[in-house]
Amino acid sequence: MTTEEIITGLKEKFGPEITDTIRRNEKRYVVSINPGALLKVADYLYREAGCRFIIATALHTKRGFEIHYHFSKDATGLVLNIHVVLSHEKPQIESLSNMFNASNWIEREMHELFGIDFLNHPNQEKLISEGNWAEGVYPYRKDFKKN
Amino acid sequence: MSKKFLIPIGPYHPLQEEPELFKLYCEGEIVKDIKWETGYNHRGIEKLSESKTYDQVFFLVERICGICSTSHPFAFANAVEEICRIEVPDRAKYIRSIIGELERIHSHLLWVGLAGHFLGYNTVFMWAWKYREPVLDLFEMITGNRNSYAMFKVGGVRRDIEAAKIPAIRKVLAEVKKKTDLLTGAVMDDPVIHARTKGVGILTKEDILDYGAVGPTARASGVAIDVRKDDPYAAYPLVNWKVITAEEGDVFAKAKVRLLEMYESISIIEQCLDGLLKEKEGDIAVKVKNIPEGMGTGRAEAPRGEVFHCVFSDGSNSPARHKIRAPSYVNIATFKKSCIGQSISDATISLAAVDPCYCCTERMAVAYDISTGKRIMNGAEILKASAEKTREIMSKLK
Repeated sequence: MTTEEIITGLKEKFGPEITDTIRRNEKRYVVSINPGALLKVADYLYREAGCRFIIATALHTKRGFEIHYHFSKDATGLVLNIHVVLSHEKPQIESLSNMFNASNWIEREMHELFGIDFLNHPNQEKLISEGNWAEGVYPYRKDFKKN
Repeated sequence: MSKKFLIPIGPYHPLQEEPELFKLYCEGEIVKDIKWETGYNHRGIEKLSESKTYDQVFFLVERICGICSTSHPFAFANAVEEICRIEVPDRAKYIRSIIGELERIHSHLLWVGLAGHFLGYNTVFMWAWKYREPVLDLFEMITGNRNSYAMFKVGGVRRDIEAAKIPAIRKVLAEVKKKTDLLTGAVMDDPVIHARTKGVGILTKEDILDYGAVGPTARASGVAIDVRKDDPYAAYPLVNWKVITAEEGDVFAKAKVRLLEMYESISIIEQCLDGLLKEKEGDIAVKVKNIPEGMGTGRAEAPRGEVFHCVFSDGSNSPARHKIRAPSYVNIATFKKSCIGQSISDATISLAAVDPCYCCTERMAVAYDISTGKRIMNGAEILKASAEKTREIMSKLK
């Protein structure tokens, strides 16, 4: 599958779920979707389009909690960022770890540092600070005070 | 019924780039399950990066890893330059690739040495590390530092490689090539190494895709991914080289891929040196006034695989968010596949096969009896068990 085919496929299959598509250059795309469509979109990218899950980046912004899921299509050099926005009050989204193990650690890490809940995660334990960090304190949130 | 053991490898152990604890659950000699605890050395670098200027972040990310210390600045530069939409001069591209490939050579030599040590071949360990020294000396000549080279900045590199230094680099490369021949011959033809590494710690293509593993770990299982080829950056599209792969997915295949990659690295550096001679000296960077608002994803192929940096800029002089993913983060998770079902004496080499950075010098591995909590073996004895297995195979072959 070429880059164009992947992007066209996404638009055809999940048109109503896509809120924005940004083409930064021929190898970098950002596709914003509704959080509810994540599993279907990831399934299409992983199983049909043959993309590899690189990692996910969480951000805490004025809009809420944003996650960029970075997928790579190695044959074409494409880095496709699937972008979702979660609410401030109840940041939660379906886990991808039942589809591939590659997202297992990073979801645990995002849960620990940002307090985002990954629904149906097989093992959402702390990854980094097991046993030596207060519950409910999330150091990567913007409102976290160092002292 | 055979005894059940818990063997904790770590938290401080030479197998790992940073302190981590792997708990091997064994029944008799066989590893039945593996669990891990990470975060012993979590330094909050992503958060720290938000408080540094773009120029300072290069020095920060260089210190993520002591061995592949140029891969992180490489990926960070690629990410920031994507935000700025700038192209660095060809001379800077050549210099970046030379540094990247020299690093690959010294890192792979280090791995060969340690792999030898885990198999009980300490001569290989001594030799490989001896041959690595001239490469570190080269770094000192080019950059002023044996490690943490401080060569990268947004828009280019900080120091030039003058024509006068090129003959000395070529001389060391010729020497390294001879020594690589020697090591490759020793590994490829040795029946004991075959017996210890073939069919051990196998990862299939499906495992690689499932865990998202990268670098030599993926290439040894027939997954031909290499950022230098797939998403070319720096001088890699300007020179001829090939991606080395193997199909077997075992420890031997991983060793083979790394050894053969060193020849490609030498060839890339030779061609980059030729390229340098054609470019004007001193043209090593473009001026960058400010970093505009936006998002950039930069990748670089480190000796252990793809390094990924994602940078969000809000137009200020510090990153608004900086995500870093080192290759070991995804490669280490494959232990769940490669170690289970192996014997304890094969576990050390199976863990070492993905080359989790070997930064830390402290080491500790102790075997406990789960039912009584009594200490049975220490780290040295586990290594001894591995060395004994090699000797046993040797005596059978004689």
